[in-house]
Amino acid sequence: MQRKPELAGGHASPSAHDSALVSIRGLKTYYSIRGSFAQRLIGREAGHVKAVDDVSLDLGRGEVLGLVGESGSGKTTLGRTLLGLVPATEGSVVFDGREIVGLRDRDLRELRRKMQVVFQDPHASLNPAMTIEQSVGHPLEIHKIGTSDERRRRVAETLDTVGLSPPEQFMVKYPSDLSGGQKQRAVIARAIILNPVLLVADEPVSMLDMSVRAKILELMLELKREFDLTYLYITHDLATAKFFCDRIAIMYLGRIVEIGPSRAIYENPRHPYTKALLRAIPEPDPRRKVPRDLPRGEVPDAARPPLGCSFHPRCGQAFEVCGWETRDLRDLLEQRWAHQVEEQYEAERALFDDISVLDSSAVHARLRTGRGVPGAALAGLLGSIRDENPSEPFWTGVEQVATETDAVDIRWREPLSPRATGVGDVQVECHLYDDAALEEAARRREEGSPHTTVGGTGTPTRQGAPEGSA
Amino acid sequence: MTAAPVVSVRGLRVYYGTLRGTVRAVDGVSLDIGAGEVLGLVGESGCGKSTLGRGILGLLPDGAASKGDVIYGGRNLVGMSEKDLRRLRGPDLGLIFQEPMTRLDPLMRIEDQFQETLEQHEPGLSAREVRKRSLETLGRMGIPPTRFRQYPHEFSGGMRQRIMIALALVLRPKLLIADEPTTSLDVIVEAQILRILADLRRNFDTALLLITHNLGIVAEACDRVAVMYAGKIVEEGLAGDVFAEPAHPYTRELLRSTISLDTKELHSIPGAPPNLITPPPGCRFHPRCPDAMAVCPTKEPVEQHLAHERRVFCWLRGPEQAIPAGGTSPLEREEIAVAEEA
Repeated sequence: MQRKPELAGGHASPSAHDSALVSIRGLKTYYSIRGSFAQRLIGREAGHVKAVDDVSLDLGRGEVLGLVGESGSGKTTLGRTLLGLVPATEGSVVFDGREIVGLRDRDLRELRRKMQVVFQDPHASLNPAMTIEQSVGHPLEIHKIGTSDERRRRVAETLDTVGLSPPEQFMVKYPSDLSGGQKQRAVIARAIILNPVLLVADEPVSMLDMSVRAKILELMLELKREFDLTYLYITHDLATAKFFCDRIAIMYLGRIVEIGPSRAIYENPRHPYTKALLRAIPEPDPRRKVPRDLPRGEVPDAARPPLGCSFHPRCGQAFEVCGWETRDLRDLLEQRWAHQVEEQYEAERALFDDISVLDSSAVHARLRTGRGVPGAALAGLLGSIRDENPSEPFWTGVEQVATETDAVDIRWREPLSPRATGVGDVQVECHLYDDAALEEAARRREEGSPHTTVGGTGTPTRQGAPEGSA
Repeated sequence: MTAAPVVSVRGLRVYYGTLRGTVRAVDGVSLDIGAGEVLGLVGESGCGKSTLGRGILGLLPDGAASKGDVIYGGRNLVGMSEKDLRRLRGPDLGLIFQEPMTRLDPLMRIEDQFQETLEQHEPGLSAREVRKRSLETLGRMGIPPTRFRQYPHEFSGGMRQRIMIALALVLRPKLLIADEPTTSLDVIVEAQILRILADLRRNFDTALLLITHNLGIVAEACDRVAVMYAGKIVEEGLAGDVFAEPAHPYTRELLRSTISLDTKELHSIPGAPPNLITPPPGCRFHPRCPDAMAVCPTKEPVEQHLAHERRVFCWLRGPEQAIPAGGTSPLEREEIAVAEEA
């Protein structure tokens, strides 16, 4: 049975190696969103999704880097940009000494002999009308390598290497004759037949049964040793990544929020998101029960990311500077109302006029009250919500609540964008590890004196601070 | 289980015809689920676990036939007319599918989907009661009333799955079958949904059959677990007991091959699950079983009861008097090729 290979030397950073095989700097891949028909007519775009938003990382020769994230994190787009399958918006990807960003298709094709990809769905990766021999030998044909006899021999050898033996028996088959694991072996054979140096594996085992996953991972580890491959292993599964990878990069909404050697990430996760991911993995351990302290909600819409740190709305440790805003108040209200009986919800909802003003992302909102409701009543509700759960991190971000006759005016603290900070041998993008951010938060806490009333009817507000304190 | 079970399945078989022959997807399965109990049903793809779940509700694929007993409320669902079955589905028997988007009507507001469901099954309810019941159930799933009038596409994947669960629960079914309800969801959202399902027993007293290929989910969310292999239950017992000390070699190998955060060494089960048209004779796991004995390919194992309501179908557990002379010697067989896998 396969043991986890011991890491050769310190893998703290791939720069420990002589040179990186892949070097990514400030990479951005944006997709434009097409708006309505009318907007398209006048050539206007409705905005863009920052699928990859300023990512820098190195991939050392012979290294296995795990790129881990949930759906919508941008991990697949990062892999595709690296392969030149998706054009980068900005930044640089240097592969084996050559810049890939901006390269012409013809030059890319030549480079692609050196970098290959294995996708998640083995059923969709093979042409159902081609035999396994044709599919696996296709790259040789595209790159016009060898005579047909030589190609045939090469296909047979490669099938043997990936465990599809005797090869003669598999070469004449069609994908529909093969099981899921066998198909994935054929896909891997096709990926290695040109002797690449880099293999991007995008969820290569997540569609396979548990009893087969281990076999495919074993095969990939064997191939790595035999052919000196470098892997980018893209997955949502922290358990297989732990076994498979030398280093781990955790992605959330287009950014790498934590990156470091596997052991450091698993033994001592730093980012609250990494911690949450690890906690949420269901473990076949009879002593474990469903975890209760999970982050709320889901990965937000990448087209409208939260202010500040993208993870702050779900983060239990978020504080003053993390980017609290209008939409967080809406979430807070809705979660409260979801657990109320109808009458109570109706009564509280009636205090508000239109709550959709909270939908646009901003650090200021003027909430009008419902018909005939004084502003003080609405401010009172907000106050009692706060008193019921004062430890709710949302309130740390509220700078000022001003009561008016028929409205409540709320101002949040200016958001800070988290910066990558070195902690031990990992890099974390989280304010909790950034001294400057912590100091700023402390300063804001001190400045915020309670019971300051601003321009309103005299009702005490929960948290006040002079204008422009941020 | 002390009280009478909500559903009692006895000797259930579901066969269906294909061009290659008759597939015995469920082949003589017996199990009970009590009120407020979560039974996990695990197995590899193609073992018949989804067909079993649907078979219990009388939902059979085209060209399928079922035999045996599914006793619910004193009546046998097997052989019941489609009309009677349809009356039971909803208020008594519920089903949660894997893909929520394919089951919610994209052109109907959430409010209307609930209204339609409730009016169809409980025609006596007033509009006020319909609204109250709907909001209450949605609220328990964490869906706020402010979003009651929205369309399915306006919700995230996890919210849609919670709406699906609420839509099944609003009729307060006594038996709920959830078929891989979290497979297409991210791990944190999956854990959120599992927490909701695990809490069901307290809030609704529903009997829940949770079908999954993920053993971790069973360990965390289920009271009992049944392990299925090639159309048959091979082991069943309290989830904690089964995971701590599996009695069947298949359960043990399945647990060992699961890659978790504690995995230090990769392990896999050689070979592949058999096709269910011509399954192996005797114990169906014998060609892949590291502990197989001479008796295993010759006689089908019989049910053996162990402590704590555990039952297992494996000759290693006896009964000794049923094993022919020399039957316990190790089974000789040919090597399984690397590529012979699922």
